[in-house]
Amino acid sequence: MANNWAPKTKVDWFLTVLRVLALGVVTVGLLAFIAQQISVDNPFARLINPDATGLTVAQFRGLVISGLSQGAMYGLIALGYSMVYGVLGFINFAHGEVFMVGAMTGMITSNKLDDAGLWESNFIGSLLFIVVVSMLVCTLTAVIMERVAYRPLRKAPRLIPLITSIGISFFIQNTSVVLLGPTSKAYPDMPDWLTAKRTFLEIEGTKILVICVAALAMLGLWLLVERTKTGKAMRAVAEDQEIAGLMGVNVNRTIVKVFAVGGAMAGVAGILWGVLFRSVIHYTGFLPGIKAFSSAVVGGIGNLGGSMAGGLFIGLAESTGPLLILEPLGVSGVSQLRDAVAFAMLIGVLLLKPSGLFGERLSAEDRA
Amino acid sequence: MFGTRKTSRFRIAFKTAVVLACLALVLSACGDDEDSAAPEAGTETTAPATTVAPEEMGEEVLVMEHLGDGSLGTVEVEPGEAVQIRSLNAITGDVAFFGLPIERSVVLAIADYGQVHGFDVDMGTGLDDLCSNDGGQAAAQIIVADEDVVGVIGTSCSGAATAAAPLITDAGMVLISGGNTSPALTSDLAGTPGPNYSYGYYRTAHNDLFQGRVMAEFVFNELGITTAAAIHDGDPYTQGLAKAFTDAFAALGGDVTGFSAVNKEDTDMVPVLTEIAAGSPGALFFPIFQPAGDFIAEQAPGVSGLEGTVLLAADGLLNTSYLALSQTEGMYFSGPDTRFGQNVNASTGKSAQDFLAAYESEYGEGPAAPFWAHGYDATTMLLDAITAASYVSEDGSLMVDRQGVRQYLDNVRNYQGLIGVIGCDDFGDCGSGKITVVHHASSDDPEASMGNVVYSGGGN
Repeated sequence: MANNWAPKTKVDWFLTVLRVLALGVVTVGLLAFIAQQISVDNPFARLINPDATGLTVAQFRGLVISGLSQGAMYGLIALGYSMVYGVLGFINFAHGEVFMVGAMTGMITSNKLDDAGLWESNFIGSLLFIVVVSMLVCTLTAVIMERVAYRPLRKAPRLIPLITSIGISFFIQNTSVVLLGPTSKAYPDMPDWLTAKRTFLEIEGTKILVICVAALAMLGLWLLVERTKTGKAMRAVAEDQEIAGLMGVNVNRTIVKVFAVGGAMAGVAGILWGVLFRSVIHYTGFLPGIKAFSSAVVGGIGNLGGSMAGGLFIGLAESTGPLLILEPLGVSGVSQLRDAVAFAMLIGVLLLKPSGLFGERLSAEDRA
Repeated sequence: MFGTRKTSRFRIAFKTAVVLACLALVLSACGDDEDSAAPEAGTETTAPATTVAPEEMGEEVLVMEHLGDGSLGTVEVEPGEAVQIRSLNAITGDVAFFGLPIERSVVLAIADYGQVHGFDVDMGTGLDDLCSNDGGQAAAQIIVADEDVVGVIGTSCSGAATAAAPLITDAGMVLISGGNTSPALTSDLAGTPGPNYSYGYYRTAHNDLFQGRVMAEFVFNELGITTAAAIHDGDPYTQGLAKAFTDAFAALGGDVTGFSAVNKEDTDMVPVLTEIAAGSPGALFFPIFQPAGDFIAEQAPGVSGLEGTVLLAADGLLNTSYLALSQTEGMYFSGPDTRFGQNVNASTGKSAQDFLAAYESEYGEGPAAPFWAHGYDATTMLLDAITAASYVSEDGSLMVDRQGVRQYLDNVRNYQGLIGVIGCDDFGDCGSGKITVVHHASSDDPEASMGNVVYSGGGN
């Protein structure tokens, strides 16, 4: 590893300069932020950004929590990208659309429950119900997608299913426009006890709920993959499809299960999206999908724990990055740059650690 | 063997397709003939009744009497054909509520106006500006490809006009908007043209400098708030309006604590709101659209430092679906003065009540956003301009002088429209500029809040 860092060619030199620059910008920004937090009139902070204002503790906490809750959602979606990549070695770009289908399902179901009066009277039960329905619908979507679009291409070069997945993505988006119309649709109001700021650190209940549900889903998935026979089969297929087949693992069925589990995770994420933002539109899956994919890459694609950590990292970066790094540097209109920050973080991580924060592929861990 | 069989089958399929395509072409050509025959019959029966004034003019003076020097070319409308104008508005997506009433107002205005020198007026199929730069450009290219088009009513969104106006005006056509309000499209009201101004562009909607100023006066003088911030979404309309507000607020002596931007697709507004909260503003103005506006209203109360901040928005969010959100209660909205009262359009003799009745019976619902009146007046102004700049030639064709259309519009003064008295300045601003601020009292009754005017101002 150390050898890789010693510049040899011109490209290496260029990359080294880029790495130093990226780290330099982040360091100076963070230092300036710390300086302005110590005192707004700190000469160092003033030098870099004359209009520095600084954040209160409550504001900073708000940013972090918002980043974590958004990141937990990215992580859940990223699991689907990561698992499919681990097993089939291609990126299923339509996975973001499965997430959108989950959010849409939740919107329809929750509004029906609201009409029936159950949403308010039994919120927890209703929430559980829409999570289950959304997981089922998303699982079904992912499985059908695999059967119709990817299984016939199993033996084709990897680029072919990749392009197919982009086609599927457009297909699902446009189907949503045809079925549900092109305008954004709202979830019913969340109950007051949930949206009100909790006394616990003054964090909004919805965000605590999102983080807890995401953690539970992640725990369930980890148990499934590491502790059950199905999980063992998935890991075996990821390691080597042919050998796994020879050892008596039903490869096709295992791949279907991978899609099903990934879809179910996207279904949970879809509901969390609805709980957080209460609004869904046919392109809802696009940007979160791309960011979740970035999360999977940041964490090391094929690595489940890495995907979740990558999601939290991207979520935190886009939430706090503009105000922690860019604003102290005197950049104007920083909030518009949040997507740029998220993707710059992806590039930054890949520059420093090309296989992601936790290393690629599930199988690497198992070998150890 | 297998290969050839496949090929021959393909050939048969191809031939069938070609034959079908030819059939379709022939059929559609027949359809066209029927379509164009219909107006001809109509022309003969209704012409004398509806175009009294032009007919008189045609008999008394030489047929060549009309506005314009021909420098931008002439459109010849042959007997039996219709004068072509177009509608280019946001008719799909989240902002359809805003553009659709404008498109419909064009349809109704054409129907009310009747013929021009005995020629029908045809709007064609309503085009979509998609409320975006790209959408405006794509639609404008379709429009300018048809050399028979004289003028266009549109766009709804300033962002679309930024791309569409240069294309359409370069082609010699005029673009009259009932919805654009960005100062960049006309002028700063002090004699300096905006960066996106092009000659041949006019609008009946107000210049946002009026709107920003009225909102700032309201906040500073009426609410007594001395610190304010603004958020836009990068669109020329929202950016221009947010800037107009903060400039006017600072000019009144207020303190502008923040000016930031979001992306239209953003959902998590906590970072931008935290950035704004760092300056602890007493009021926050976000003249943006849905869905981004929903997220700001919902998430603002949860951000530390914004608990007591008064939320303000503009006409882009002043619609019943936004007001139905419980979190928008207590907000103030600026927008065009929609108290049209007994105003009567001088060209058609219709009042706002007549229009609304016709709209309701035609479309089964009321208009969702207030710019229908501006679209109606824009259309009648365009038709008046075409009437003044055209004449019937000896072979019975209608000759429309493109330069004359502009000459007429340049000189519009004291024209009575539904929105009030209309007069065009040197940079195409024709609107009355009257702005009202409404207070949103209850999300249970959005309709009532739409008319709950608490302040008004602006205008020339």
